[in-house]
Amino acid sequence: MSADTPDVVAELDDLKVHFPTPAGTVRAVDGVSLAVRRGETLGLVGESGSGKSTAGLALLRLVDPTAGRVRVAGADVTLWSRRRLRATRRHVAMVFQDPQASLDPRRTVGDSIAEPLIVHRLAASTAARRARVAELLDLVGLRADTAGRYPHELSGGQRQRVGVARALAGEPDLIVLDEPIASLDLSVQAQIMNLLRHLQRDLGLTYLFIAHDLAAVEHMSDRIAVMYLGRIVETGPPERIYRHPAHPYTAALLSAVPVADPRVERERRRIVLTGDIPSPVDPPSGCRFRTRCPQARPACAETDPALAEVGPGHDAACLFPLDGERDGGVGEGATTRADAAGTA
Amino acid sequence: MSHTTVLSVDDLTVTVGTRRGPVRAVAGVSWQVRPGETFALVGESGSGKSMTLLAATGLAPRAATVTGRVRLLDTELTALPDDRRRKVRGRHVGFVFQDPMTSLNPVLPVGRQVTEAAEEHLGLTRRAARDRAVELLELVGIPSAARRVDAYPHQFSGGMRQRVAIAMALACEPDLLIADEPTTALDVTTQAQIIELVADLQARLGTAVVWVTHDLGVVAGIADTVAVMYGGRIVEQGPVDAVFDAPTHPYTRALLAARPDPSRRGEDLVAIPGSPPSPLDLPPGCAFWPRCPVRADPRCEHELPPLTTVGDGHTVRTFYRGEAG
Repeated sequence: MSADTPDVVAELDDLKVHFPTPAGTVRAVDGVSLAVRRGETLGLVGESGSGKSTAGLALLRLVDPTAGRVRVAGADVTLWSRRRLRATRRHVAMVFQDPQASLDPRRTVGDSIAEPLIVHRLAASTAARRARVAELLDLVGLRADTAGRYPHELSGGQRQRVGVARALAGEPDLIVLDEPIASLDLSVQAQIMNLLRHLQRDLGLTYLFIAHDLAAVEHMSDRIAVMYLGRIVETGPPERIYRHPAHPYTAALLSAVPVADPRVERERRRIVLTGDIPSPVDPPSGCRFRTRCPQARPACAETDPALAEVGPGHDAACLFPLDGERDGGVGEGATTRADAAGTA
Repeated sequence: MSHTTVLSVDDLTVTVGTRRGPVRAVAGVSWQVRPGETFALVGESGSGKSMTLLAATGLAPRAATVTGRVRLLDTELTALPDDRRRKVRGRHVGFVFQDPMTSLNPVLPVGRQVTEAAEEHLGLTRRAARDRAVELLELVGIPSAARRVDAYPHQFSGGMRQRVAIAMALACEPDLLIADEPTTALDVTTQAQIIELVADLQARLGTAVVWVTHDLGVVAGIADTVAVMYGGRIVEQGPVDAVFDAPTHPYTRALLAARPDPSRRGEDLVAIPGSPPSPLDLPPGCAFWPRCPVRADPRCEHELPPLTTVGDGHTVRTFYRGEAG
C-alpha cells in the first residue's frame, strides 16, 4: 500500500507519536501503518491508552509525528507547516465525541457550520453561505431554522448532527469520527449511526470510525483495525475479526463485551484479562500484550511480532495466532479455542 | 437475623424545586432487593434512575422533596431524622460511583480512606484499621496490597481506583451495595473484571446489590431483577429473563431492538426518533408517547397507563397489549 495507489485517501506509514512527560516518553503511537481507502469505513478499536485517538489526530496533523509519514490525498504532509496544513484540513475533517465541547457555545449553529466555508473560501457570498448552511442542516436531518440556535438549546443527538454538518462543510475526502456516539443516549446512538451510513452512501464519504463500542464498530465498518498499546495488533474484515479473531487480545476484547441476553451471559466463557494495560512509557519487551496474554510463551518476550497474514485480508501481530472460531459476532455467544494456539 | 428484603422502596416520589418551578424527577416508583440479589435500574439520561437511588438512600439534594416509604432491613429510613439516617446508612450501605474520584480523597493514602468509615462505624483502632485495609485491598484484587496501602489514588489506574472504591464500600460489611454506573467510565476488559469482582464478592458475602446502568448488556450479565425507567417512572420491571425474553413496554422493546445485530449488518438500525424527555417537560400521558412507534391506544397521549402484571413478578406500565417478545 502506498500513496500511489489511487484508492487510498489517507495513510499512516510506520507512524510514531511520542510525548515527553516527566515520567518518561509516552509512546502513544509506536509504529502504526494504516491506509484508509476511498468510500470505506475503517473501524479503529482499542481501549483507553491504545493510541487510537492519537492515530486519528495524526491524520489531521493535529499532533506532530515523531517518526514515520502521514499522507493525505496523495501528498506527504508529515513536515508541512501549520499554514500549509490549513488546506489539508479541508481534506480531512473530524467529528468529536462530545459535541458540547467541540462547538463554540457562544456562536450560533449556523456560524459554526459556516466557519469551514469561510476558512476554505467555499462560498462566494453571504447568501451562498447561508444557502449552503441550510443545505448541510437538511443533510443531517435538522431544520433550516436550527442555524439561528445555540448549542445549549439542542439535545445531545442534535448537537452531534451539527458536528457532522460542520465536518461535511469542507467536502472532505475523509472524516475521522472519534467516538461519535459514545456520549449519546442509547436510543439516540442508532439515529446517528443510521445518519452516518446514509450520508456515506449518498455522498460517497470515507470514514475512519474510532470507537470502543465493538458492536457499533462491527455494524459500521468494512474493515477493522484493533490497537493495543500503540500498535495495530490485528486487522481484517469484520466477519473475520469478530468470528475468527487471530490475536489473543482481540479474542479477549470481544469476550469482554456484554451481550443483551441473560442466557448467553450466563453460559458464556469470558476471557478475563488480569492486570491493567501496561504503561506506554515502558511497554513490555517482545509482544506488548504478553504480560496479560493467557497464551504467552517464553518466545513472546523476545520477539516483537510484526503483522502477518493469517487469512485473506486478515493480518495479526502474534507469534502463535489463534485458529479457533467464535460462535458469532458481538451480539452472539463467544467462545474461543484458546488452546488451539498450542498447536500452531 | 434474616430479612426477606434488604431495601424496600414504596411509592417513592421526588420533586425538585427549580427556577422554572417544581419538577417531578421521580414519580411513584416501588421496588425491593433481597439478600444476595442484584437489582438493576436501567434508563437513559433524565430517566430518574440516579435520583431514585439518591432518594432511596436519603441522599437526595436539599432542594428535593421526597415522599413515599423506604425501609432498610428493619428500619423505616424515611421516618428517621437526618443524623440517625446517616448512621444507619453508613453502617449498612456501601456506595460505588461512576467516577471513583467522587469517593476518593486525592491527598490521602488509599488505605486510610478504605477504612475511614469502618473506624467510625465499627470503632476500629488505627492499627486494626490498617490491617483491615490491607485485607480489603486484597479482597478486591489489588496486587501487593500491603505495599500499596500507603499509595495515593493518582498512583492507581482507573480500574484499580474503582477496586479501591469498592473496597471502601465494603469496609463496613454492608448488607447493601449501591453501584451507580460503576463501570461506565471503564474499558470493556476492565468492566469485565469489575463485574466479576462484584459477583464474586456478592456470592461470598451475600450482599444485596443495586446497580444503575444504561447498558443492557451489563444488565443481562448481572441482574436478577431489572427495572426500566423512563421519564421518572418505572415502565417495566421483572425477572431479568422475563424482561429480555418478553419485553412488553414499547420503550423496552425499542431499546432492545436499537442495538446493532451482527446478523443484520448492512441494514438500518431500528432507531427511536427524538430524544429522551427532560423532567422539565413531561407529556401528560405516557412519557414515551411522543417517540412511541406503537401508540397502541388513544388514551396513551393524555392518560397515565396503569401498572399491569403480565407475568410472575413482571409488571409494565402501558396500554399496549400486543404480542410480547
